[in-house]
Amino acid sequence: MDAILLQILNGLDKGGAYALIALGLTLVFGTLGVVNFAHGALFMLGAFCAVTFNKLLNLESVVIDPTQTTAWGSPLEVRTPYVEALLGDFGNYLHDYSVPASIVLAIPVMLIFGIAMERGLIRYFYKRPHAEQILVTFGLAIVIQEVIKHFFGANPIPQPAPSAFGGTAYVGQILGMGQTLAYPWWRIIYLLFSLGVIGAVFVFLQFTTYGMVVRAGMHDRQTVGFLGINIERRFTVVFGIAAVVAGLAGVMYTPILPPDYHMGMEFLVLSFVVVVVGGMGSLGGAVAAGFLLGILQSFASMNEVKAIIPGIDQIIIYLVAVVILLTLPRGLMGRRGVMED
Amino acid sequence: MFKGLSRNDWLLLAGFSAFVLLMPIILQPIGAAYPALMQKICIFGIFAIGFNILFGLTGYLSFGHAAFLGVGSYAAVWSFKLFTMNIIPALLMALVFTTIFAVAIGYISLRRSGIYFSILTLAFAQMCYNLAYSVLTPLTNGETGLQLTLKDPRWIDAMFHEPGAGLPRATLFGIDTSGGGLGGFYLCAIALIVCFFFSVRIFRSPFGMMLRAIKSNQTRMRYTGFNTRPYLLAAFVISGAYAGLAGGLMAATDPLAGAERMQWTASGEVVLMTILGGVGTLVGPVIGAGVIKYFENIFSSFGDNTLHGVFGFLPDIIEQPLVSFLSLFVGEGWNLTLGVVFMLIVIFLPGGIMEGLRRIWSRLNRRHDGGEKIAVAQPQPAE
Repeated sequence: MDAILLQILNGLDKGGAYALIALGLTLVFGTLGVVNFAHGALFMLGAFCAVTFNKLLNLESVVIDPTQTTAWGSPLEVRTPYVEALLGDFGNYLHDYSVPASIVLAIPVMLIFGIAMERGLIRYFYKRPHAEQILVTFGLAIVIQEVIKHFFGANPIPQPAPSAFGGTAYVGQILGMGQTLAYPWWRIIYLLFSLGVIGAVFVFLQFTTYGMVVRAGMHDRQTVGFLGINIERRFTVVFGIAAVVAGLAGVMYTPILPPDYHMGMEFLVLSFVVVVVGGMGSLGGAVAAGFLLGILQSFASMNEVKAIIPGIDQIIIYLVAVVILLTLPRGLMGRRGVMED
Repeated sequence: MFKGLSRNDWLLLAGFSAFVLLMPIILQPIGAAYPALMQKICIFGIFAIGFNILFGLTGYLSFGHAAFLGVGSYAAVWSFKLFTMNIIPALLMALVFTTIFAVAIGYISLRRSGIYFSILTLAFAQMCYNLAYSVLTPLTNGETGLQLTLKDPRWIDAMFHEPGAGLPRATLFGIDTSGGGLGGFYLCAIALIVCFFFSVRIFRSPFGMMLRAIKSNQTRMRYTGFNTRPYLLAAFVISGAYAGLAGGLMAATDPLAGAERMQWTASGEVVLMTILGGVGTLVGPVIGAGVIKYFENIFSSFGDNTLHGVFGFLPDIIEQPLVSFLSLFVGEGWNLTLGVVFMLIVIFLPGGIMEGLRRIWSRLNRRHDGGEKIAVAQPQPAE
């Protein structure tokens, strides 16, 4: 029982990341009709926002203290991070919470990047075939990746979780189900965070006038245009939001997986599978499929399962995708008539 | 077999063969005339020609072609390990196994089209890649890659002569192909010419016409009573076999195989080559493969010092920022150059280098003929 619960938890936090990326992909596809292969790179870019923020916090002033010497006899260098010097205790605190705090940096960066990307490149590809959209965004992903590699190097850069959430949560104890069920705090936080972001996107689309217009535009772009609404601009903003969602997913994922420049590509392939399984253009489908595939994957990596079918953990997601694509042409929850062929 | 080609096709074939066979002389001035690079160009040329038969003719964008390359390599290395160091059985093994793979994967993937086809092929390739790394380690030797060892049985070789000391080399009836000499290059060059010939035949045949018809309007083809599936499957299998042959040749020139050949970035590379050269053209893919492999070689060997040497004549205040900017694109940053060039090509010149040449040609001609417009075929999406 505990083992099963643990696997579900395991799957949920991974599924959270898949769901967030897939949500952005679907949003972009549903509004702009663009297949964005650079979405994984946006996820990676978000993760590197956290890295940059941490680096900024670690900028230090070096003062040589002439009255003291080190063990080697040279003058002692006193290093104080600027944040601590400027903000005192709060700076310390900020240091500890650098990953969640970097959301403050990530949101404007990703929004601006997303909007610039849409205006500068994607909008010229609305009318071009999907194959060309895939190709140009694939090229863009390579470019983003290589630029990041140039500035941050090729090695993964571990980011610490805040010390308060660094330990293990005894979930079993909390739920009153036995002592053995323990799980890292940060992954629970990640799950809650992804649920929160998904909820926020849904609220935005479902309960605001702006979101309502966007949804109307997804259904019938032309009519919305006839009503005198500048739907293009709204779709641009939606692209920015999709970029922010991918970026936030990346920021919060850094303590779980140390970011490196090609992390986005790995997630992209999986997220595309998630989108297709969920159904092109269906937001609910993307989220459901994200969590579903995350859980399936973690069940497949249990030793008991691997003993029966060796290697299943490596291929389960793709296998599910193949089966779903061949049996349900629209995916799990795809809308009728959207990319059925 | 030799009918159906026009005089121009024969000229093209002759010119192409002459160029490929004379590469060691022609490429001398640009410093690319060493066998390791030239055979790489030939191998990737074959890979890209094969990919072009599928993508260029039918418009089906496969993102998993590298799987066939990997399977071909593994099959060839196993033939070296089990039977003989002669490359003929190895290449045959590579072809047979990739054909089987391509029939299976193609049969399933071709039930869908458009982006779903891309995702399906990608999924299969990733499955192959992941399995090669994990469960299939006895077959693929995991991360280390499959290599020759002294303990290999090599039954057929063992029947004829005693195994010598040290690892044997891959040979073609005594001609050494894996030593990095010209033997390996000429093997690949001849294979490339043969492959090119077959691709010309396919392009000019009714079969090729059918594939192009599928690309321009599959629904109409179905309405007129053609079952398109067998044609698509045939194209997929042919292009998979090309990839397998390329993988086999990789093993023949350097007898080892690793799973990273199957990764989806490797599939992306062949897409880049084909697009860069020109989708749906005969020589485009080979040009794309050649250009990418050549510049990869040149650019990755560049460093800051080379750049300082080149721009040394500029005043320091301009030179420093220029060099530090350009150093982004060379050495380690070769992939960045590739990405940028690729984006530019897709945005401005979807027909690739061949399209560019054709535009220049038509502009020159117009000046001579007084404004006769030459119709340029537009690439059509797969519906």
